[in-house]
Amino acid sequence: MIELKNLVKRYGSHLAVDHLNLTIEDGKIYGFLGPNGAGKSTTMNMMTGYLSATEGDIIVNGHNVLEEPEEAKACIGYLPEQPPLYMDMTVKEYLMFCAELKKVPKDKRAEQVQAVEEMARLTDVSGRLIKNLSKGYRQRVGLAQAILGFPPIIILDEPTVGLDPKQIIEIRDLIRQLSKEHTVILSSHILSEVQELCDVILIISHGRLVANDSAEHLEETLRGSSRLNLVVKGGQEDITAALSAVDGIRALKVTPKEDGTCAVTLEQAQGADLRETLFYALADARLPILEMKQTEANLEKVFLELTDDRNQPAAGEKKRRRLLRRHPTAEEAALDAPESPATTEENTHTAALEETEEPEFDDLYAVELPEDGEAPEPDDLYAAAPPEDALSDAAEESPAEDAGDDKEDAQ
Amino acid sequence: MKAIYRRELASFYNGMIGSICVAFMLACVGLYFMAYNLLNGYPSFAISLYYALFLFLIAIPLLCMRVMSEDRHNRTDQLLLTSPVTVTGMVLGKFCAVMTVFAVPCVLFAFCPLIMKIAAGSSGEVYFLTDYCTLLCFFVLGAAYISIGILISAATESQVIAAVGTFGILLVLHLWDSIVSFLPTTASGSFILLLIASIAVGLLLDSLTSAHVLSVGVGGGLAVVTVVCYLVDSSWFESLVPNILSGFSFTGVLLNFAEYQVFDIPGVLMLLSITALMLFLTVQVIQRRRWH
Repeated sequence: MIELKNLVKRYGSHLAVDHLNLTIEDGKIYGFLGPNGAGKSTTMNMMTGYLSATEGDIIVNGHNVLEEPEEAKACIGYLPEQPPLYMDMTVKEYLMFCAELKKVPKDKRAEQVQAVEEMARLTDVSGRLIKNLSKGYRQRVGLAQAILGFPPIIILDEPTVGLDPKQIIEIRDLIRQLSKEHTVILSSHILSEVQELCDVILIISHGRLVANDSAEHLEETLRGSSRLNLVVKGGQEDITAALSAVDGIRALKVTPKEDGTCAVTLEQAQGADLRETLFYALADARLPILEMKQTEANLEKVFLELTDDRNQPAAGEKKRRRLLRRHPTAEEAALDAPESPATTEENTHTAALEETEEPEFDDLYAVELPEDGEAPEPDDLYAAAPPEDALSDAAEESPAEDAGDDKEDAQ
Repeated sequence: MKAIYRRELASFYNGMIGSICVAFMLACVGLYFMAYNLLNGYPSFAISLYYALFLFLIAIPLLCMRVMSEDRHNRTDQLLLTSPVTVTGMVLGKFCAVMTVFAVPCVLFAFCPLIMKIAAGSSGEVYFLTDYCTLLCFFVLGAAYISIGILISAATESQVIAAVGTFGILLVLHLWDSIVSFLPTTASGSFILLLIASIAVGLLLDSLTSAHVLSVGVGGGLAVVTVVCYLVDSSWFESLVPNILSGFSFTGVLLNFAEYQVFDIPGVLMLLSITALMLFLTVQVIQRRRWH
């Protein structure tokens, strides 16, 4: 298990890692996601003891990396972004050197080197100089080096970068195989890879952990509501009147077009499927639907939204807290606990940011449903959302659940 | 440490550098040995060693330039620093590997007095004690130079900069006695030099620690002490700086062994202390980089 406690890394005035709190549990595959410069490699380098943290602690299997570096490092196998290879050595010489470096007992070195060569499919090139190997093979040698000694935790910084598709599949299979007996932490830019391989996804942006959950949960949490885009033949007022009678619409925008149709964009509550209801409501009003499309969040959208510069750092705070509920820190639990009226304002901001995914949405004519009949300002749309929104958010962030999470975390 | 030592040693002979350096050192000393001892019959091999000292200016930068900088440049330091090995163990492993390469010609040099004895026959006299003690000092001097080369190599990731930097420092050390002889011996001259040294200490401290108050305090304090002492009795300052600096003559230690046949224990201790200090600073340079 690795615990990162309030981890900070500064390079001069640049804050590379910003008060990171994280617990890596045993027996899972963790995927670090984040844009370039987000702090993934820096965090990994600190976990492995290559870099020292400016503030905070890293505990690896009960050993503080700063106070007991040798014990902590013995628990970790690390493949950095650029495999640390000596070009003047053969694969076997290099792996034997790494085995000795990792203090593998002398009588087990040859056996272990052979085992990792087989796992990384290096047996055929065992006697070749590393400088004569292709990039893919070099990456495999780096991976074999990380596995050597079979440490409980294996950290891989972009393990499949630069590999061909066949090699990527092989490396992924190897990682899956390793995860049966080891905790694996990997970073990648390939979302599908992380989604496919990892049990838990950690999204880092601007040095902060903005999400820590499984891919499914992340999508589900972010989804909150799905959006429907329709093209309806008819007048703006008729359409608005017809849709105002439909329950479950959180927000609605109707924009008239020149061809006598209207573009309708509406948000529906989580889990609701209004397509059929909308069809009948508009059919009853004799307003034909020419087109209907439902859009939902996927990991790519989650990633883009969470790592969007416009969301950093304060604006995305609410969402970040929602996505960190798996392992809330004391600080986050304290932030989560009071559900004050200010939350509504935060919701507004968050929703407004969601809105930025489709900029054209802002230009549309907005209509609030239904009560007072007054058209609200676009920014107020979400603030004045129906009660289920508030209920849903309140349910998500109830102190009881936070307390439960805390308890689970403490356990 | 043993793993790093073995790998480093192997790397010298996997490439050409180890062999070239050994060949160069053998050629230099062999030339003087042939000219002085064999052809002219001079009975002291120690003097040949002393005259061949310039070989360090070429051989040591070549041996040391890649020791640390290459790891940093190729990112293999990530492997070493994330392994369960201490930084001290890593530095010592590399230092011992370079010393082993350097030891090869030194062992071969040990045959030279024996060759002289054979060449001279029963009538000739060879000063074995002087020759072997000088050879020991030569080895210790090499260790001090190598530790300086390793420190410079740790400070950069460019092998060229490491080699040129090491050459520059070794050149200054090689010409140390001549440089010191140019310094003013008057009291005012030493006073000015000490004031400059005080400011330099303050600036160095500031760049290393970024603690401005401490740096100004130390630098300023030293300057004030210098001024007060000068005002109390300026005669203390006569030849003060040249006398202090001449004590740090590296080649002077070897000269004491070779020319004056004196086993210069303080000199050897100074060289060993310098070696230990340089290795300590190398460890600190690596640790410092991990914190910044």
